[in-house]
Amino acid sequence: MPEIVTANRLVDGIVVYLAKDGGWTEELDDARLAETEDQTKALEAEAAKAVAARIVVAVYPMSVEIENGKVHALSVRERIRAAHKTTLTKDWYDVPL
Amino acid sequence: MYRYDEFDSAFVRERVAEFRGQVERRLAGALTEDEFRPLRLRNGLYLQLHAYMLRIAIPYGVLSPKQLRQLAMIGRRWDRGYGHFTTRQNLQYNWAKLVDIPDLLAALADVEMHCIQTSGNCVRNVTADPFAGAAHDELEDPRPWCEILRQWSTLHPEFNWLPRKFKIAISGAAEDRAAIAFHDIGLKIVRGPDGENGFRVLVGGGMGRTPYVGLEIRSFLPKQHLLSYIESILRVYNLHGRRDNINKARIKILVNQLGIEKFREDVEADWARSRKDAVDLPEDEIRRIMSYFAPPDLPARPAMDEGVERRRLVDAAFATWLKHNVRPHRVPGYVSAVISLKEPGRTPGDATSDEMDFVADLAERFSVNEVRVNYTQNLILPHVARADLPALYDELVRGGLATGNFDLLGDMICCPGLDYCNLANARSIPIAKEIAKRFADPERQELIGPLRLNMSGCINACGHHHSGNIGILGVDKKGTELYQISLGGNPKDAAAVGTIIGPGFRAEAVPEAIDTIVETYLANRDEGETFLDTWNRIGAAPFKEALYGAA
Repeated sequence: MPEIVTANRLVDGIVVYLAKDGGWTEELDDARLAETEDQTKALEAEAAKAVAARIVVAVYPMSVEIENGKVHALSVRERIRAAHKTTLTKDWYDVPL
Repeated sequence: MYRYDEFDSAFVRERVAEFRGQVERRLAGALTEDEFRPLRLRNGLYLQLHAYMLRIAIPYGVLSPKQLRQLAMIGRRWDRGYGHFTTRQNLQYNWAKLVDIPDLLAALADVEMHCIQTSGNCVRNVTADPFAGAAHDELEDPRPWCEILRQWSTLHPEFNWLPRKFKIAISGAAEDRAAIAFHDIGLKIVRGPDGENGFRVLVGGGMGRTPYVGLEIRSFLPKQHLLSYIESILRVYNLHGRRDNINKARIKILVNQLGIEKFREDVEADWARSRKDAVDLPEDEIRRIMSYFAPPDLPARPAMDEGVERRRLVDAAFATWLKHNVRPHRVPGYVSAVISLKEPGRTPGDATSDEMDFVADLAERFSVNEVRVNYTQNLILPHVARADLPALYDELVRGGLATGNFDLLGDMICCPGLDYCNLANARSIPIAKEIAKRFADPERQELIGPLRLNMSGCINACGHHHSGNIGILGVDKKGTELYQISLGGNPKDAAAVGTIIGPGFRAEAVPEAIDTIVETYLANRDEGETFLDTWNRIGAAPFKEALYGAA
């Protein structure tokens, strides 16, 4: 399963992902994918630099699913984080979409 | 209410300046996150799922209109226009930016407020009966003692790094409305053998992973020795409480491992040799602090009001609100009015900045400039003339805050859960909203009667699920949110921890399960029984059978 790296932005705490363009994005779809263990390690090394540069905090890798070319978080927690919103639901018991 | 003196004011300003420097150093790279985290937590600033969360202390739940308006302004200017009143009578903002926090704290200091002691392993903001100084059944106002404890505990050098956080609650009334038995120390003002008031002291209560009802360590403590005795309890805990395992670090674990007798022996031994003269406040200082809480001048009025009685007969919604949200006052012709933050569809405990301004206006017009926050996440106008109730109610209807469900099923306690919180395993707000929708009919809630439903999105139990008559705990089971239901908890005088009734339910099955529990109660109750009465009489079996089928 592909992995990406997520964090919170230092200045405002907003959820971000290490992006394809090398920066940090709020959009899950713009996250850079790691397909192998080595690629995940490379993403983590890059994220560690961003921590040192005071861009982000609370960095960790997470698995995602690709469906019809779109990136989906797996856990309820990560789907809520990716939505950047609270209690926004399609069906109330469903997680945010 | 208490007003800052020069010391308080200078101290709070110094803390703002200190934290401003710490934020600057963090942003400039002089502090790493590991170095900064304990500093921000000392100032109530958490990093949650979506953003930073700032927890603002509302000392013993007492607010002036000026303070409430400033909180509203802060919500508008630095957050998203709403805040969340918590089960510790505090207010949380969910979307504040780190870079704005120093200015935000300065704005709080302008109205004698701060975020100190809302986080970290210290004595937290002391909580109290929200009807303090107003309730008809009160022996003595607990707020001066809360304020004395606040001043004593703030920056106390010996207790700044306790094994774990430490929560104290005080009630001065016959009915416990502060859940004192679920606190590290619970204090109840009682009449002593010589007719003097003092404290009944409970210790070792708490929720979380290992819930305990507090045990009596002293049936009567003379009031003047409050500080020295609390200090001895804290000293024994500070020395012997575990620091190697965060899950076993609260005082409840120590008390229950040693046994209450041995713990009491240790505390009394320490107290016997302590310098009471150096710790306990002199009489004139106690009187000085009490003078800030002098009762407002409320000229007695007729106990009955014709306008209220007329309205009650013709307006069913007003009658319901009157019955549940209006509580008796110690002065004839006055009442305390509860402003429910539990209207169906609302996130329990949330209030918008506009609503905060609105309630501040009402407090000025109807409640001699006082507002209270209840641990069950509602607001209270403590001193309202009974004759003003129709006018107040009309205003509340206009402001969308007239829901008459205080202490009924719809008045759920609900933590922020996985929609906001970094510790949560499951969501709680959407479940609460769905339950509220199912039980929205006021007539049905009326039929059900008093029922405390409490819900937490993780084992830390901010939503007090252990003490709910019905408690719901959200857990994560292999990536799916699952909800455990417990029954029979009681936050009041006969405090009890609820019993888990059986296997958990998926989110979408929870409202139906609650409905089944309620219907089982209604089918089994004897005349005049509350849910808790019926539970205590018939036990778990009928509920289990209704939920899971015959064994």
